[in-house]
Amino acid sequence: MGYLELIVSCIFVNNILLAQFLGNCPFLGTSKKMETAVGMAGAVVFVTVLAGTITWIIYHQILVKFDLVYLRTFSFILIIATLVQFVEMFLKKMIPVLYAGLGIFLPLITTNCAVLGICVINIDEEFTFSEAVSASLFYAVGFGLALILFAGIRERILLARVPKALQGTSIALITAGFISLTFFAFRGMV
Amino acid sequence: MLESILVTFSIGAVSGVALSYASKLFYVYEDPLIAKVEGLLAGANCGGCGFAGCSAAAEAIVNDKAPANACILIDEENIREIAAITGAHAGPPEPPSSYNNCSGGKRATDRFIYSGIWSCTAAAALYGGNRDCAIGCLGFGDCIRACRFNAIKMGGHGFPVVDYDKCVGCGACEASCPKTILEVKTLSQRLFHLSSAGDPLAPCSQGCPAEIDIPRYIDHIRNMRYEEALDTIREKNPMPLSCGRVCPHPCESLCRRGIADEPVSINQLKRFVADYEMNSGRRLPIACSPATGKRIAIIGGGPAGISCAYFLRRAGHHPEIFEAMPKLGGMLRYGIPEYRLPKKILDWEIQGILKLGIESHTNVRLGLDFDFCSLVAAGFDAVFFSVGAWKDYNLGIPGEELSGCMTGINFLSRVGGSKPPAIGKRAAVIGGGNTAIDCCRTLIRMGLDKVYLVYRRTRKEMPANEAEIVAAEHEGIEFVFLAAPNKIIADEEKQVAGLEYLAMELGKPDASGRHRPVPIEGSEQILAVDTVITAIGQSPLLSFRGRGNRLDDLNISRWNTFEVEPSTCQTNVPYIFAAGDAATGPALVVDAIGGGRKAARSIDLFLRGEEVNPQEDALLNKPIGESIFPSVPGVRPMGRIGLDEIDVTNRIQTFAEVDLTISERDALAESNRCLSCCRLCYNVDTH
Repeated sequence: MGYLELIVSCIFVNNILLAQFLGNCPFLGTSKKMETAVGMAGAVVFVTVLAGTITWIIYHQILVKFDLVYLRTFSFILIIATLVQFVEMFLKKMIPVLYAGLGIFLPLITTNCAVLGICVINIDEEFTFSEAVSASLFYAVGFGLALILFAGIRERILLARVPKALQGTSIALITAGFISLTFFAFRGMV
Repeated sequence: MLESILVTFSIGAVSGVALSYASKLFYVYEDPLIAKVEGLLAGANCGGCGFAGCSAAAEAIVNDKAPANACILIDEENIREIAAITGAHAGPPEPPSSYNNCSGGKRATDRFIYSGIWSCTAAAALYGGNRDCAIGCLGFGDCIRACRFNAIKMGGHGFPVVDYDKCVGCGACEASCPKTILEVKTLSQRLFHLSSAGDPLAPCSQGCPAEIDIPRYIDHIRNMRYEEALDTIREKNPMPLSCGRVCPHPCESLCRRGIADEPVSINQLKRFVADYEMNSGRRLPIACSPATGKRIAIIGGGPAGISCAYFLRRAGHHPEIFEAMPKLGGMLRYGIPEYRLPKKILDWEIQGILKLGIESHTNVRLGLDFDFCSLVAAGFDAVFFSVGAWKDYNLGIPGEELSGCMTGINFLSRVGGSKPPAIGKRAAVIGGGNTAIDCCRTLIRMGLDKVYLVYRRTRKEMPANEAEIVAAEHEGIEFVFLAAPNKIIADEEKQVAGLEYLAMELGKPDASGRHRPVPIEGSEQILAVDTVITAIGQSPLLSFRGRGNRLDDLNISRWNTFEVEPSTCQTNVPYIFAAGDAATGPALVVDAIGGGRKAARSIDLFLRGEEVNPQEDALLNKPIGESIFPSVPGVRPMGRIGLDEIDVTNRIQTFAEVDLTISERDALAESNRCLSCCRLCYNVDTH
């Protein structure tokens, strides 16, 4: 697979949120305001690239070598959780500016299934190391794109006449469904 | 089986060890107090305090950004413990509170018919909302829905009303409002807010140099809530008793009712509530913020100094006033005669302000009794100069040194003090300003046979207040217009025997639009007088400079005043501020009071270590264009209340106060003439 195809595939065709339906909690939770959505997108990109890289290394260098592949999910969760904690500490100490921007979103990602999902996809698709790193980056970019698009729409939904029963999360879910449907149009491109 | 368990544990162990090692490596120093305070907070992360969760609130409390009682869920005991931890006093707190500024509501007119969803945000997204007023309340009640404490209700007039007992100042309403109508502010933020171009201000409030919320206090008077009215005035002007008597009320010339009718008698209403408090014999409590421990030296206890000290004290600081004269009050005491502002009333007013906890030292003159360096050494964090303008200009004509010649401020201050000067039987006062008129009216009360006012232009050009000129005319002062003093004639005993002057004629208007007087050759005439008082303007007396200290670095303008940034009152030496006549040259009392507040705002910023920047969009008495109407439809002329004054023949015998306080009935009637204007809205007469 060429890298261009990989990029299009990760961002649009197999969008982690809208095609694979992973990471829906932050998708609904942090999309009420554009500002938070942008912060969250940044944090996800940052963490996913790190997590994707490290889990790929651990999987191939440790789990495969020692024939422990069945511990994949378990060890990935531990690794991601540790990593996020570590990154939070690191940023707070070394790069306070970045921490101020992403800080409050980092703990939210500890339990984000999109991050775990991307790490697992990297393994299932049998990506090489460089493919895994770029796939992690572009899946995360796809996540950010969907989140920011959705936040923009939700800010406008506030100004629309919505039947009482559908107000709030209900209309957000319906909207998410429509966006997902539009993303299905990318099917077949890659 | 064993293998997988071992691996599981080892992964866990590695993660744990890595994390704990990292926490040793990447620890960030956090104040242990924050953790202690956080332990005492409710831990509910409710956001009721206005911060993002309890740990953010704890940090804010420790860093003095929030009071000890910021948390709305904990009881008094915890608040006391927190106060003990942070070392602050649990005493009177300064909680923020929501404040609605718009009074338009149902009076506001619509630009278009809006039938979208019932939400201010939605309406505002459509051309900024349907209301004519660009800043006013849209009335859909987003703030009411945003408030989690049920503290806001839609009032009967169609704008939100805040219940201050329930409001915790969380800021949810402010965040939900697409306009800037609801503001959550602390007491000192409110005191120090300068009127800005985006505020809902009536024309009168824009014209007031002290920026008092005039329609609000008149509304309180109308509803007989005199104490609230006084509180509203005192938010911007600490001296309603004095201002209610001597202010030439620039507000009234902008009064919207004045366009179709006579303006509302705003100043008489202010005087009415101020006198109401004084006559009730009970001082209303004035709220102050918790003590900050910062000390400010105020040089000069006139209106600017008193005003600055008052606002700093209310913001929790500790100002100390240093006054050269035997008593506080400055020009209010020594420049304004007894018949306009009785000393007894001034004393009562100043005493009330000092009672807030302001120290004062009188009979100490900077440069003679103490020097500037000693102030800095004594640990004052900032210095405020409000030394006034006490140096009279000289005419520069022969004979000014004769006995019987005096300068205006010198004369008035000696009459106002305890050593009235000896005067003759016939006097000439030179000048056309308020000081000259004050001198004339004082002289006539001292029993002189004849008092002349000599002015080089005509009555039309006189800078004195119209009301003062009229009163002087009634009291029998003789005006000699178009006369330029040439020399003062002496008799054998070096006493003044007369004033020789040249007749003038008006020439072309000069840059300021006033006609320049031109002398007529050979038109010398003599006024037979034995006393000559020159009152042709004053400038600050800056004799304390030139002693080789920091004061020599100050920039001084060519009018001999302190050069300050007009909106911050800061001089070129960052910790020195100046306002009042010392910075502006001779001006109104209310200008000095407004200046004192502006300076207090800057000093407060300075003391908190923030940058002393001018407030954005500050109006500084420039009117808001759209709020000044050419005509006011719907208003029927009904004439304002007259001025109660003592009969002329009686009043020139004594120094008793000339103008009398209006009765409660008149005050209520007059307050009902107020149109309760805002930026664009006003009430039309319906009856």
